[in-house]
Amino acid sequence: MQYLPNIIFALLLIVGTGFFIQNIKKIIRNIKLGKDIDRSDNANARWKNMAMIALGQSKMVKRPVAGVLHILVYVGFIIINIEVIEIIIDGLFGTHRVLSFAGGLYNFLIGSFEILAFLVLISVIIFWIRRVVVQIPRFWNKEMTSWPKNDALNILYFEMVLMSLFLLMNASDYNLQQMGADHYIKAGSFPISQFIAAWLPQDVSTLILLERGAWWIHIIGIFIFLNYLYYSKHLHILLAFPNTYFANLNPKGKFDNLVSVTNEVKMMLDPDADPYAAPADDTAEPEKFGASDVFDLNWVQLLNAYTCTECGRCTSVCPANITGKELSPRAIMMKTRDRLEEVGKNIDTNKTFKPDDKQLLNDYITPEELWACTSCNACVEECPVNIDPLSIIVDMRRYLVMEQSAAPQELNAMMTNIENNAAPWQFNQMDRLNWKDE
Amino acid sequence: MNVPTMAEMMAQGKQPEVLFWVGCAGSFDDRAKKITKAFVKLLQKANVDFAVLGTEESCTGDPAKRAGNEFLFQMQAMTNIEVLNAYEVKSIVTACPHCFNTLKNEYPELGGTYKVMHHTAFLKDLLDQGRLTIEGGNFKGKRITFHDPCYLGRANNIYEAPRDLIQKLDAELVEMKRCKTNGLCCGAGGAQMFKDSEKGDKEIFVERTEDALEIKPDIIATGCPFCNTMMTDGVKNKEKEDSIKVLDIAELIANADDL
Repeated sequence: MQYLPNIIFALLLIVGTGFFIQNIKKIIRNIKLGKDIDRSDNANARWKNMAMIALGQSKMVKRPVAGVLHILVYVGFIIINIEVIEIIIDGLFGTHRVLSFAGGLYNFLIGSFEILAFLVLISVIIFWIRRVVVQIPRFWNKEMTSWPKNDALNILYFEMVLMSLFLLMNASDYNLQQMGADHYIKAGSFPISQFIAAWLPQDVSTLILLERGAWWIHIIGIFIFLNYLYYSKHLHILLAFPNTYFANLNPKGKFDNLVSVTNEVKMMLDPDADPYAAPADDTAEPEKFGASDVFDLNWVQLLNAYTCTECGRCTSVCPANITGKELSPRAIMMKTRDRLEEVGKNIDTNKTFKPDDKQLLNDYITPEELWACTSCNACVEECPVNIDPLSIIVDMRRYLVMEQSAAPQELNAMMTNIENNAAPWQFNQMDRLNWKDE
Repeated sequence: MNVPTMAEMMAQGKQPEVLFWVGCAGSFDDRAKKITKAFVKLLQKANVDFAVLGTEESCTGDPAKRAGNEFLFQMQAMTNIEVLNAYEVKSIVTACPHCFNTLKNEYPELGGTYKVMHHTAFLKDLLDQGRLTIEGGNFKGKRITFHDPCYLGRANNIYEAPRDLIQKLDAELVEMKRCKTNGLCCGAGGAQMFKDSEKGDKEIFVERTEDALEIKPDIIATGCPFCNTMMTDGVKNKEKEDSIKVLDIAELIANADDL
């Protein structure tokens, strides 16, 4: 029976990571539902983007307060995870502070974990205050009710609890070390928790209970948090890296030219083309223009949707949103993900996707939102992880216009003018040079 | 005004240094025509050997593309590319950031590769090469703010050329709180110019004009005919048209010299 804790821990580790890997596989499957797009070019620039933007957080600090706090939490998260390695080894083999043989280095590491944990705790508390007390507007847009709002707060609570448990664990350990308790070898330095230690009971059995309790709840919490990721907006901690790597490298003003359209236009303009010729292969389904559902978007756009952490910087700079229009670039990403998740669940149940009479257009994103966009690229510029909501908006406009002829009436008039007299207004092309003599 | 067309040039067996792509606004919109003329005066002053397409010019297709009509865009693009390639055009300058962006970024894949410049960058080059000189003249000491057109700034990362030109006027360049990469759109992009805005509680051009009014400029400078329209409307909406002028960079430079 003495191995019971080790067995329980091993089971926990297997279930916790196994379940997480299952969900990651689902995400990859869902992202692959998107259309192909080649982002294998220019590897150097892509690595550089990833290093600067994801690893280096260069776009986060555009807003210095949130940026610096975020860097603290991010660095804390990465560094403190080194400690998780030790926790896992200790858990599996029943050791205690197995890495302490590193001596001075170990003390330095534990000391820095403590300081970082404390800074993370403070930062997360400030984040909570910004959200709940100061009520920064971008956290209170209308898409930020119910689950998205709770999700954001849950993550903050998770981090507060995990950091507190980590410090409490060290504090009781510190006291036990001072008392020379069995099994609690003298190791580590405790610049923060020694102050907490003074408040704890000075009785060995209670301290062991506290230390073990905090240790177990902390590691169980980490496994729960790991598996919470998939259900939350928090996937950015992983996906920010591929997302910045695969992001668009072209000038932001360059919209892709649809190749399917190019082929048709070339035929139309080719004087040698036979208008009565039978299509080469009439069994092939004609290609759909633009996007009405997640299947019509490319995989980078779907990766974007999973990466979005709903910070709302995009929406806070969107001219349409600022002036009270329906459009919110963040909501475009959230709705894309919601629909993709729905499609994913459909596939989970039915093996392949069973048509559900729903689509991204209308059931999630309305034409009113799409037509409010000025294509100004402020959202794209602002996103700290290079998400591109504009490309989704444009692809959906393409569907509305080319598949449904559903442009607003004034835009139809503009386009008729371009067709008839080569300008968006009703002027004769022959008058184009009149200005020189006016 | 003496403005040669590519057809005339070709008839004389000449190839101009640069094609001035006037654009639909520059050709037809009364306000924008003034910008076109100011720019032509500067080209002439700098002895730039240029020509226009005149009646052979046609919409680049930008508003159709932003509205989602890829067919119409590509029809326009391929027709234009045929004309441009027939004249063996190598370099293009335009005073419209929308034409600029489309010609520069979206035409190459369709067979039209040219050196495309926005007129602010082109004027800056003329200045650097000593082909054009600017006297501060009329604008000395005036407070001038520059409204970044989205398709010049964020879309193509050109922020400095227009500002360099303003500073050459001995004017005081003042920045709005939202400028450069953070610049707020005037509300006209993405084909919005041609339609009413969606339901909301404010017009974008009013919001943007308020940004400008906050810093009390004498002049709001732009580099885009559509931004010009929107900012002019905004200034009128705020009943400030007597004290604040909305001018294109080309107009500023031409006016400074009383051209």
